[in-house]
Amino acid sequence: MSSLLTQDVPLVWYLLLSAALFTLGVLGFLIKRNLITVFMSIELMLNAVNLSFVTFAHQWHAVKGQIFVFFVMMVAAAEAAVGLAIIIAVFRARATLAVDRIDLMKL
Amino acid sequence: MNGYLHLWLIPLLPLVGFLINGLLGRGLPKALVTTVALLAPLGSLLVVLGNAPGFFAATARMNEPVVETFGTWLNVGTLQVDFSFVLDQLSLVMLLVITGVGFLIHVYSVGYLAHDKGYARYFSYLNLFLFFMTTLVLAGNALVMFVGWEGVGLASYLLIGFWFTKPSAASAGKKAFIVNRIGDVGFLIGMFLLVANFGTLSFAEISTRLSANPAWMGGVLTATALCLVLGATGKSAQLPLYLWLPDAMEGPTPVSALIHAATMVTAGVYMISRIHVLFDHAPRALATVAIIGAATALFAATIGLVQTDIKRVLAYSTISQLGYMFLGSGVAAYSAAIFHLMTHAFFKALLFLAAGSVIHAMGDEQDMRKMGGLRTKLPVTFWTMTAGVIAIAGIYPFAGFFSKDAILAAAFEQGTTGKVLWFVGLLTALLTAIYMFRLWYLTFFGESRSPQVHPHESPLSMLGPMGILALLSLAGGWIGIERFSSFLQPATGVRPAPASGASQELLLSALAVATALLGWFIADLFYRQKPARAQALAASAPAAYRLLANKYYVDQILNDYLVRPLLATSNYFLEWVVEKAILGGAALLLGGIATFSGMLLQRWQSGNIRSYAAWLATGAAAVLLFLIVPWATVLANFGIHLNTAGH
Repeated sequence: MSSLLTQDVPLVWYLLLSAALFTLGVLGFLIKRNLITVFMSIELMLNAVNLSFVTFAHQWHAVKGQIFVFFVMMVAAAEAAVGLAIIIAVFRARATLAVDRIDLMKL
Repeated sequence: MNGYLHLWLIPLLPLVGFLINGLLGRGLPKALVTTVALLAPLGSLLVVLGNAPGFFAATARMNEPVVETFGTWLNVGTLQVDFSFVLDQLSLVMLLVITGVGFLIHVYSVGYLAHDKGYARYFSYLNLFLFFMTTLVLAGNALVMFVGWEGVGLASYLLIGFWFTKPSAASAGKKAFIVNRIGDVGFLIGMFLLVANFGTLSFAEISTRLSANPAWMGGVLTATALCLVLGATGKSAQLPLYLWLPDAMEGPTPVSALIHAATMVTAGVYMISRIHVLFDHAPRALATVAIIGAATALFAATIGLVQTDIKRVLAYSTISQLGYMFLGSGVAAYSAAIFHLMTHAFFKALLFLAAGSVIHAMGDEQDMRKMGGLRTKLPVTFWTMTAGVIAIAGIYPFAGFFSKDAILAAAFEQGTTGKVLWFVGLLTALLTAIYMFRLWYLTFFGESRSPQVHPHESPLSMLGPMGILALLSLAGGWIGIERFSSFLQPATGVRPAPASGASQELLLSALAVATALLGWFIADLFYRQKPARAQALAASAPAAYRLLANKYYVDQILNDYLVRPLLATSNYFLEWVVEKAILGGAALLLGGIATFSGMLLQRWQSGNIRSYAAWLATGAAAVLLFLIVPWATVLANFGIHLNTAGH
């Protein structure tokens, strides 16, 4: 039985997709002003990295990469919970989510 | 002597008294404070008395000093210093004087300070003084002696400034302490020289070492001895460090009697006698001691002539009498010096206590010009004071005659210089008689010059010690210098035998007594028969009178040429240039650099997340670029070869 992953689509495509997603994440992080969008860009970068992990794990038949992906997803979930809580707190205090105006280490 | 003498008890008992009264005294009932304060010196006195018979018994071992060591203090390289106490004839005499006179003065103080707020504090200081003084005397090496030496200075400072709310008392205390420090530097350097040359600080070892090398004279020994003399002049108020003693009279009168007359100020004389073998090998230092002594004796006596404060007269007389002791030490008549030290302790303590009784009766008045006619009102004080005055004037058969005579006779034996010193001593004896009888007449004779005051005789606790000291002032010298010298001989060496015959000695004694009587006669002439004569004399030589009344302007000169420039340097140069400009400038400069660099670096911490992220991304990109690009190949294309590519 042949896998779509190995048979039809070459490895480099996956990596190119991963790089493209990561760059989009970075650009989104740098350009976007809304804190929630910035936050989503971070998630995008994490998932781009996850895609690279999975690709190489499949290529080298090593399960370590896949396990690492689970770790990343787990941390991302925790981070999303904490991050969203912080964002709500910031919004309540400042009534804004513009990243440029949140430049002090206090509320 | 046999067995262990428990010498440690002698200083320890007053220390316990100090701790009890010093820590708890404020909360204890007065009777208990008094009991503790009196038991401490009494206990020490009993221990000393218990040990004394061993030295009087004519046994074979009486010549050997008792050494008791309580452990090692320092053990550095080859130098070992022990906590060691030595009891020999010399320290025994000193201890008897210190604890005996000390106990009497404690008893006196109970009456004198009965109404003072600082009653417990006073007695704790007094006990502390006894602790340090007995340590000083018992010390078996110079370092332990130095502990006592500094400690009595501390106790003296505390007691001079006992009434510290009075600015003059507080500054007198500081003056005493600071002037003593100058002498202490000499003592310290002397100790360093001892360590450098002998490798030990033990008095016994130094003596043994020197006795084994009789040819070792002068040189470094003179330097060492002179440093120690500087220490002695500070503690014993000799020229040029005598300045603190007159001011020390700001303290309570019993303190003046105990510390600044009978015991502490004699520490310098004691130290010279204790280490006399060193001085025997340093004749120049010894001559210096003699000259300092004679000069101080005369100098202080002339100032004493015109003082009007009763305690200051006694203070200058103390300096003058200490000069006699130095003179005696300086002509190697150590036993005579110690003899005078002992009799002086009796009669000068008595004089101070009697003066205290007068001051007490007059309602804290110390100016003799406001006294007079107290003979009938204070009969006991008058008679005891009379004994003291006759004793210090050196009139037979009172104590002062025997000891002063011994010193003068010893000086007379020392060639031409000795004759000069003897003459200075005799002149001083004349002046002593004049100013002491002047004090006596001004205080007790004539009409009262303060009719509004109604003096009353002091309580028994004050009169008792005065009576005992009066008896000692009378009989203290009857032992005679010959017997005293032979008793002290194991500690102070053989007294140089008088070369001249008995007739010369008798002649000298007669001359000394005649001089004293002449002084009495002059004082009688000026201060009893016609008091106006004294003023007339002062008016006829105003310059000389002013010179003496201002104490030769020494205080003013030191103030103008030493203290003021020092203060000005501190106030202007040190404060403005060193403190504010140099140190303050350096601090401001460092602070400025930190602030400025902070301002620069602050720009990186904008707080803008996107700028942080941009820096992070740029950094990551740069690292990637560096790692991925094959630099050697790229550069080779431009004709640049890295050092590995050169091969």
